[in-house]
Amino acid sequence: MNLLGKLTLDAVPLHEPIIVGTVASVGAVILAVLAWVTVKGYVPYLWREWLTSVDHKRIGVMYLVLALLMLVRGFADGIMMRSQQAIAAGAAQGYLPPEHFDQIFSAHGVIMIFFVAMPLVIGLMNFAVPLQLGVRDVAFPTMNSISFWLTASGVLLTNLSLAVGEFAKTGWFAYPPLSELQFSPGVGVDYYLWSLQISGIGTLLSGVNFVTTILKVRAPGMSYMRMPVFCWTALASNLLIVAAFPVLTALFAMLLLDRYLGFHFFTVDAGGNAMMYVNLFWIWGHPEVYILVLPAFGVFSEVAATFSGKSLFGYRSMVLATMAICVLSYTVWLHHFFTMGASASVNAFFGITSMIIGVPTGVKVFNWLFTMYGGRVRFTVPVLWLIGFMVSFVFGGLTGVLLALPPVDWQVHNTVFLVAHFHHVIIPGVLFGCMAGYNYWFPKAFGFKLDERWGKAVFWCWFIGFHLAFMPLYVTGLMGMPRRLQHYDVLSWQPWLLVAEAGALIILTGIICQVVQIVVSIRRREQLRDTTGDPWNGRTLEWATASPPPAWNFAVLPRADKLDAFWAKKQRVLAKEDLPARPHKYEPIEVPKNSPTGFVTAFFAVITGFALIWHIWWMAGVGMLGAIVTLLAFMFRVEDEVEISAEQVSQFDRVHPVEVSL
Amino acid sequence: MRYGSLTTLLLLAATLGGCDGVLDPKGPVALAERQILFNSTGIMLAIVIPVVIATLAVAFWFRASNERARYRPNFVYSGRIEMLVWSIPLMTILLTGTVAWIGAYDLDPPRPIASSTKPIRVQAVSLDWKWLFIYPEQGVASVNHLTIPVGTPVSFELTSSGVMNSFFVPQLAGQIYTMAGMVTRLNLRADHSGTYRGMSANFSGDGFADMYFKVDAVTPDAFAQWVAATRSTGPVLDAQSYAALVKPSKAVTPFTYRSIASGLFADILSAVSQPVAGLCVPYPQSMRAER
Repeated sequence: MNLLGKLTLDAVPLHEPIIVGTVASVGAVILAVLAWVTVKGYVPYLWREWLTSVDHKRIGVMYLVLALLMLVRGFADGIMMRSQQAIAAGAAQGYLPPEHFDQIFSAHGVIMIFFVAMPLVIGLMNFAVPLQLGVRDVAFPTMNSISFWLTASGVLLTNLSLAVGEFAKTGWFAYPPLSELQFSPGVGVDYYLWSLQISGIGTLLSGVNFVTTILKVRAPGMSYMRMPVFCWTALASNLLIVAAFPVLTALFAMLLLDRYLGFHFFTVDAGGNAMMYVNLFWIWGHPEVYILVLPAFGVFSEVAATFSGKSLFGYRSMVLATMAICVLSYTVWLHHFFTMGASASVNAFFGITSMIIGVPTGVKVFNWLFTMYGGRVRFTVPVLWLIGFMVSFVFGGLTGVLLALPPVDWQVHNTVFLVAHFHHVIIPGVLFGCMAGYNYWFPKAFGFKLDERWGKAVFWCWFIGFHLAFMPLYVTGLMGMPRRLQHYDVLSWQPWLLVAEAGALIILTGIICQVVQIVVSIRRREQLRDTTGDPWNGRTLEWATASPPPAWNFAVLPRADKLDAFWAKKQRVLAKEDLPARPHKYEPIEVPKNSPTGFVTAFFAVITGFALIWHIWWMAGVGMLGAIVTLLAFMFRVEDEVEISAEQVSQFDRVHPVEVSL
Repeated sequence: MRYGSLTTLLLLAATLGGCDGVLDPKGPVALAERQILFNSTGIMLAIVIPVVIATLAVAFWFRASNERARYRPNFVYSGRIEMLVWSIPLMTILLTGTVAWIGAYDLDPPRPIASSTKPIRVQAVSLDWKWLFIYPEQGVASVNHLTIPVGTPVSFELTSSGVMNSFFVPQLAGQIYTMAGMVTRLNLRADHSGTYRGMSANFSGDGFADMYFKVDAVTPDAFAQWVAATRSTGPVLDAQSYAALVKPSKAVTPFTYRSIASGLFADILSAVSQPVAGLCVPYPQSMRAER
């Protein structure tokens, strides 16, 4: 028996100069960072304060760091694809052979959806939801840390496929029969499946955690209809996670059974049915779109209200629209395959349900508009993202309704028109929303604002670059260009693809500006310092504590006696009807204790995943045993909280005065 | 202007890029589909453009530095406006939803095209990575090249030897998936003679980029001549030569078969389900993507 399963030295793609170069340089950077951290003696600090932290704010920040790193990786894949298509016209074959190009577009999709968009929204929810609810942490802090580290495990495995073996060559949804052993005998699909199985468990646990938190852990007085809209959208998003992710896990389990144990769920022969995979994939896949975009809508709602100096217009309508989208998102999945030959009634039904989901979305757009109406709009960076979103997203919605029309869908499905459409909703919707949230909550997380000028540069680069990169794809899509082409013979597509390439370069400039923004902001942090805890004149509870908030968030749990209670209190204080409340007496606070459970479990999860991918059975056993023992050790813990003394709390409050607290 | 970029580009594409694709239909099906595309785009632009203008105008007018704008912090609810914002999208969707309902039935791919001319049958099989077109009535077949008579409805039955593909000739009709062991149906007609681009639209592996073909729409006389010429030359398509053809190959130069073994298409369909006899269902006569 081979001790290393299928793993041999041949798995390292030494013959591919692009991959060798990438792996070598990325490896060198990682090693340099690790060496620097070790030499500077930061390891104990990192371990204590970050890697084993169960503080929702720290975990939120780590999610965002992970997402921004993966954004760079996913974007690198994207610009490689754009460059390939910009040159591979006529007889030219470009610089990427099919087997490499196919991995790149698959990895681009997987990374952008699972490892950029998901960590962005989950990170923002982690950071902001408990603060907005006026509580000290999520319902299950250690489980939260496990969720994060399992997501990181999926990221690590996916990126490992670059250096050892290969990634899936099937597209990001890995439709069988192409993803079955018969047509994809390599380890690529296994990397895909195990990465997403492991990170999927993390996401599901996150969903359970947030649903529980929002339903059960809120500040005194905060009834459902007093929750900030971001919390509502987070609730809807996490309900969707809890309902949708098990479908994906079960689906991948079936494909794994096919690939590993010779089952026939989706095979060509022996009664397998690939249509079942396609159905189940999109029963997860369409709610997934709303898992991503609903929290972004929540951010836009907060940004619109805060920077207009008004409450959100039509709060109840917004809540209703959010929950309507949450339910309706389960009734539309078939629009991803109108081209499969279902009957006219089925196509018509799903076409119409898909359009109906546009109604609550349209309501939201109008409500943001009326939130600004009669306000005092401050054109900060988050507001630019908001307006950029509103003016582009409506066109993305328009092409979405076109795709919901079966006769139009038959003509543009699987073409780059479709690619243009979903980037047109995901980039202005999810990414712009997360960028707004990132700029909005950054001062809360770190105690200083991000630089405005560089922030605006980032926005304009993304806004212009995005339109330049994706509008041409609508055109070539209508000209009949299918997606995922490694080369093409139709020369009239090329000028449009060159424009798209230019757009990608402008987005690249935006990403560089973003790095500059961080560096400049850190260097200017003293000028950008927020000492009040409320840099934007906010409305919700996260602004009622210091920036950055202490581990216990609030010295005394705030009371929410109405919607936007913090804003109302500020108005009363300004009108001298009320005094800034300071607690007279502090009490000791118990906060959850740090735990290495998440990190160690994830370590064993990576071992297990890697072993299963390469059929190293003994190692898979070791990994699974390790993970189980770690979890058992956590379950039999004696103490899980540490006490912060009243003295310490009162001292922190003296050093960090907050002008108004509840 | 960037905000109207989509419209501009649509118009641009309609005029400039009209050389091929969805916007330059050559048959009744593609023509009707383009009409639906235009109609529904028009309906929605009537809402979307005012919304974009209103967004920019409101944001600009209510900028914090504008002292002439009235600050109304308590303007947070209005029943009338709520009514309006729910009904505008709802009415738009009523319109486009009706278009979707009617279109899904009228243009349903398996629906035969009303015509006095008898349709010709073509059985299309997607292979790794080429297309096989069988003309059961003419007894010939061709690879990576489709010849059809102008003005005659063409009735396709489609399947795949393994991986899922999508049969797509944008200028003639929308696409439809090809799936192993299953039959999908598509009807179209070319009203103008010419050469159109056909392709697989669904990614199917390494050779996918070369999985395109020419569709020659020729006069019925020329079609008859093509059939006669094809019958006189080329190899025979039987189980043996099919087994050779089905092996993966890329960028295959078009060629034809002078005759075909009878029942070949049904054999291709049932071949994939043979290992487990109990699950085997004979090739049904009236279904779409069903076994």
